[in-house]
Order: sequence, then C-alpha cells, then structure tokens
Amino acid sequence: MNGVDMAEDNKQGLQSAFRRKLLMGMAAIPALTMLPRPSFADVPATSAINTTGLAVTDTEVTVGILHSATGTMAISETGSIESEKLAIAQINEAGGILGRKIKIIQEDGASDWPTFAEKAKKLLVNDKVAAIMGCWTSASRKAVLPVLEQYNGMLYYPTFYEGLEQSKNVIYTGQEATQQILAGLNWINKEHGAKSFFFIGSDYIWPRTSNKIARKHVEQHLTGCKVVGEEYYPLGNTQFNSVINKIKLTKPDVIFADVVGGSNVAFYKQLKAAGVDLSKQLLLTISVTEDEIDGIGGENIAGAYACMKYFQSLKNPNNEKFVPAFKKMWGEKTVIGDVTQAAYLGPWLWKLTAEKAGSFDIDKIAAASPGVEFKGAPEGYVRIHENHHLWSKTRVGRARLDGQFDVVFETKDLVENRIATRGIPPTEDIDVRRLFDW
Amino acid sequence: MFGDYSIGDLGSIFVMQGFAGLILFSVYVLMALGLAIIFGQMGVINMAHGEFMILGAYVTWMTSNFFQAYLPGLFAGYFFLAMILAFIASGALGMVVEWVLIRHLYKRPLDTLLATWGLSLILQQAYRSIFGAREVGVELPQWMLGSLHVSDSIEVPINGIFVMCLTFLITIAVGYIMYKSRAGRQVRAVVQNRIMAGAVGINTEKVDRYTFGLGCGIAGIAGSAFTMIGSTGPTSGQLYIVDTFLVVVFGGAASLVGTIASAFSISQTQSTLEFFMSGSMAKVITLLAVVGILMLRPQGLFALKVRK
Repeated sequence: MNGVDMAEDNKQGLQSAFRRKLLMGMAAIPALTMLPRPSFADVPATSAINTTGLAVTDTEVTVGILHSATGTMAISETGSIESEKLAIAQINEAGGILGRKIKIIQEDGASDWPTFAEKAKKLLVNDKVAAIMGCWTSASRKAVLPVLEQYNGMLYYPTFYEGLEQSKNVIYTGQEATQQILAGLNWINKEHGAKSFFFIGSDYIWPRTSNKIARKHVEQHLTGCKVVGEEYYPLGNTQFNSVINKIKLTKPDVIFADVVGGSNVAFYKQLKAAGVDLSKQLLLTISVTEDEIDGIGGENIAGAYACMKYFQSLKNPNNEKFVPAFKKMWGEKTVIGDVTQAAYLGPWLWKLTAEKAGSFDIDKIAAASPGVEFKGAPEGYVRIHENHHLWSKTRVGRARLDGQFDVVFETKDLVENRIATRGIPPTEDIDVRRLFDW
Repeated sequence: MFGDYSIGDLGSIFVMQGFAGLILFSVYVLMALGLAIIFGQMGVINMAHGEFMILGAYVTWMTSNFFQAYLPGLFAGYFFLAMILAFIASGALGMVVEWVLIRHLYKRPLDTLLATWGLSLILQQAYRSIFGAREVGVELPQWMLGSLHVSDSIEVPINGIFVMCLTFLITIAVGYIMYKSRAGRQVRAVVQNRIMAGAVGINTEKVDRYTFGLGCGIAGIAGSAFTMIGSTGPTSGQLYIVDTFLVVVFGGAASLVGTIASAFSISQTQSTLEFFMSGSMAKVITLLAVVGILMLRPQGLFALKVRK
C-alpha cells in the first residue's frame, strides 16, 4: 500500500465531500433564515457541555483508541482500529459532535492485559478523553473495567463476547453469546433438520461459555436434539487430526465450531485435508468472519455457515456506502468482518448519545444511552438497550470460495441480550446452567 | 464409548488415528530438526526458531502470489521452488544473525536465550510492518488439497503424506550431513572441543556460521511445509516454539536419534490421549509425563556420552 497515494485519495474524498456539503449547506441557507431559533451553526458553550473537566475545548473533543497494534492480537484488532478511524473521519467531515471536531489519541495495548489497564488509566487521567473506543479480547476488557469504573470513563467495546456482564461505563456494540448463537441453532435445526451437534472450541472463557449456552439450548429447547461431543484444544494448538477422526466416528449432523486465532486456520485446513466436505457436512461457526477467512483461505472453508450479525456482502443502502468508504481509506483488498463493523458503530453511537444528552459528561452519556438509535449502521438499524448492549439482528452466512459470505438467513426482529434483561447481577458467578431457564 | 459403533467403523478409525499419530510425528520431527542442530549441536538456545519458520512461510506465500500472477501454468509445481527459496532465505538470515549477534555469545549460552528472544520480537514486528498484521492465506495447488480415498471410511490427508515424505528426506539429509560428511565431522568436533578443533585447523567461525545457517534453513523449509496445515501470520511462529523445545530437550539435546525418538513418543502419546479425552487434558498429561521423565533423566532420552 502506498501511503502517499492513500493520503492523496483521502484528501480528494474529503474535498469532494466538502464541496457537496457546502452546496447542501448553501441550499439550506434560505430555510435556515426562516427559522426563528438559532441555527445549527451555533455551538454550545464548553462550560455547558463539559462539567467534569474532560478534554473538550471550544473546537475539539478528544477520544482515545485503545487496541493492540502490536503483539498476537494485532491480527484481529487492526480492523477495529481502521473502522473506528473511518467513523471518526466521517463524523468530523460531517461537522463533528456538538460543534467540536474529534481528536484521536491512540494507545497500543500491545496484546498485554496489564498494558491495556495502564493505557486506559493514562487516557482517562492524563488525557481526560471523553470516550475510549477499544479493547477486543474479554481479558483486555476485564482488565480495563475497574479503571473505567474508578475514573469514570466510557468504553465502546466492539467484539462479540461471552456476555454475562453489564457496566454503566461500557457500551457493548458487538453481540453477546445468546444473541449470536440461539437464532443460528434454531435456524440450522429447522432449515436442515439437524439433530446432533459436535462442539469444538479453543480452551478459554468465550468458547466454553458459548458452548455451555449452546448445549443448554440444544438439549432443552430443540426437540430431539443432542450434543454428541464437546472438545477443547489449547489456544494456539495446530494439530486437529485426532478430533477430526472423532468427528468422523460420531457423524454429527452439525459441527459447531468456536476455535480462534492461528488454531482456526489449522482446523479448517486439516478438516479439508481429511476429506470432510463442507458442502455435505454442516458446519456452523461463530468465530470465522471475513477477516479470518483471509488467513484460512476460501477454498478450505467454502460451504461452512457462520452465525453473527454482519457480513460484508450484506445488501442495504448503509452497507453499500460503508464498504466502498472503508476500502477507499484502507485499501481495496481489506475485508470487513463482524467486529470491524461493530467497531464502526462505536464513534457514531457516542456522537448520537452526546447529541441526545447535549453533553459530554460521562454520567449523562451513560444515562442517555438507552434508546439511542443509529439508522446509518452498515448492519441496518441498531438501538442501545437499557443493559448497554445493542438490539441487533442475527444472521447466518454461507462462506464462498472468494472469502465472502452469502447471507442465507436473518432474524425477522431485532434480538436483545436476554441474560442482562433478566436482572442477573453481572458479578454473579458464571454458571450458565443456573442462569438460564428458557 | 465404543458400544455404539460397528467393527468396521472402529477399524477404520484406528487406521486413521494411526495416520494422525504419524503425521503429528512428522510435524514434530520437521520443526525440531533445525533446533536440534542449533540447540543440540551448538548449544544456542534459539528462541527465534519459530520466526525463522515463519520467514519460510512468508517466502512460500510470496512465491505462490508470484506464480499466480506471472506463471499460472506452472502453479502446480510452485511449492517445490518455494521450499528451496524458503531454505535459502531463512538460512541466509540465520547466517547474518549468527554474524551480528550469536557469535559474540558462544561463551555465554544462557544469554543467547535473551538475545534470540529479543530477536524474535524484532522479527515479529518486522513481519507485521512488511506483510501487515493480518494473517495471509497461502494458496496451494489443487493436487495438494483433499485426501486420498482408501475406502469409504478411510481417508488419508494428502498434506499429511507430503509432510511425512518431506520429513523423511530431510532427516536422511541431515543425518548424512552430520554423521557421514566432512562438514558434519567438523561441526561435531567444534561442538565437543572448540579450542582443540581450532588447533587442528578447522575454521571454527565458518563452521559455526554454516551450522547456524543450516539449522535456520531447515526451519524455513518446515515453515514452508506448515503453510499446508497451519496459519501464516507475524506471530504464528510462537505456536510451534514450545513443542519444538519440548521435543529437542526431551530427546537429549545433542542427539539426532534422541530428537526422533522423543518426537515419536510425544506425538504417539499426544494423539492417542487426544482420542480418549479432550485436547487440553491430553496436552496436560503429555506435559506431565515429559516433566516426570525429565526429572528422572535430566539429560533427556538419549544423551551423548562424553568424558567429563
């Protein structure tokens, strides 16, 4: 990627967009003059919208971006950084928030959880950022959480995750496990008549919790269905031949996979090599987005189903604007996965919330968040729930050879986070068996 | 657990499980050979071994892209050229590293641990800056994908067979170089007694450089081969480093036969256990067994007998 070209492209994009805006603005002048109240151009005074000493000036408001640009997690977090920067650039282009342009301070969590906590503290205490867009793994979020609560910061967290958490100081823009999984299981049961499931995951909290939820759902909610195997491999495991043999022996209708990272690539390559034909064997994954397919290779995973809320191939007007804008900024070859899209929502939701609250104060943002709607989301319409998660649709996509997905199913209605709505305290011991009774 | 399955099913599963064990064995040998030379023969604790492997993987990726763009007709055979290029690239980088870094540390073997660990971080970040933070997908020619259809229920992965053959060839080659050739004798002489070897006219510096280069080059080939079964990203090398050291240390550092024996026992234990319990548990038990045996036999399975 040639950096100079890219900057050049951006500039042109900004200029033409600016010209368009200018024309639009001029067209609006006659209308504005007719209005009795002050026009939009009037910017609220800093003292009115910032009563707690955040980094807000008359022209600027500072936000932090806190992801891993280095270390193991950079593979995954790069996309989030890119889409957050895109969203912020677009917001600035459209006039900023409450008349202020967004200034970014980017910190590197370096794939190390204590570093995340330290950098979050630096952003909140030294830089006094009005919001943080960041974190990716649950471990990094858990490390940052006490810092956010102590210094009263606001985090927009993009990843789909295991759920069972709720904080005044976090807006979760990705799906939690029940939102992501249940609709997919129902669909594959109904559409393909799948009755037996084999779970295979990496060995840490997210796959284990997700599988617990999935098992509960399969055994209690889907009639005549059973789980015929549940296997975990250490993170970074590269050899899956034994478990593939077990899968062949048990002949499940569906392989339900939540393997992550480098293991993911190994799993699908070896599945293909072992002669498992994904056009015949059903496979439902919750851990493969377009980003992962880049590494796995389309030919190794074509035919598998993925269950999440966003696919790059989604057809709606918002997405048809979002995808070209993203590619223009970050290169033609980049792909956009579920989390990348969720990260894009963060800055926009924050802008909408700040405008609704008429303030950057953290407490006011937290209080104003429930009910905030974002109609321009690439995934379609989303709304913030009282539990600070999003109402969003769940979709199933089928992987194609070229690394994209064909969307084959989407829920009719928006899906909510069911656990938190039942009022279970987030600090409760995570025993899903006890929490669920549907 | 076998009650529900027919004899035919079980028979074919045992055959396939046997293959799974052999494939794992080949993978372990292939990734450990380079380190067996560097750590075993030279005593350098090379924490950057995984990164040399990934260099090979990236070279394979670039070769694949090149063939797709300019020589699509020859794509089916690109992998062989890629492996040779991977050997050259990793070997050359290894020789440079030896000259810049390692040669100053032969008298302080423990310090090589820290130095090469730093090197591994530098290489990871270099890959990230050059190739991007995301993983890359290496496209393979059609004939290397899929499996050999032996019977309806027995299917043997082609990439597994490929790795097995490759491992066999490279092991023979390394065995020949180390134990039959003049160069190998020189290497072993330098390892056993550097001063004496120098005194009888062996250019010890040159031997060191080539040995280190050879070890890294083999790591490059391993990395190239592993694009068939694993991921290629800036930190993918980290996935292999623990197993690699495990195999080499367990086998007895200075012995090539030991490395092979240890790869065999670890892989068979691992793959058998994996079949009867979960993958994580299998790993725990394998590691416990290795720790137990190393406590009883700290020099590893096979140790070179030298008069102290």
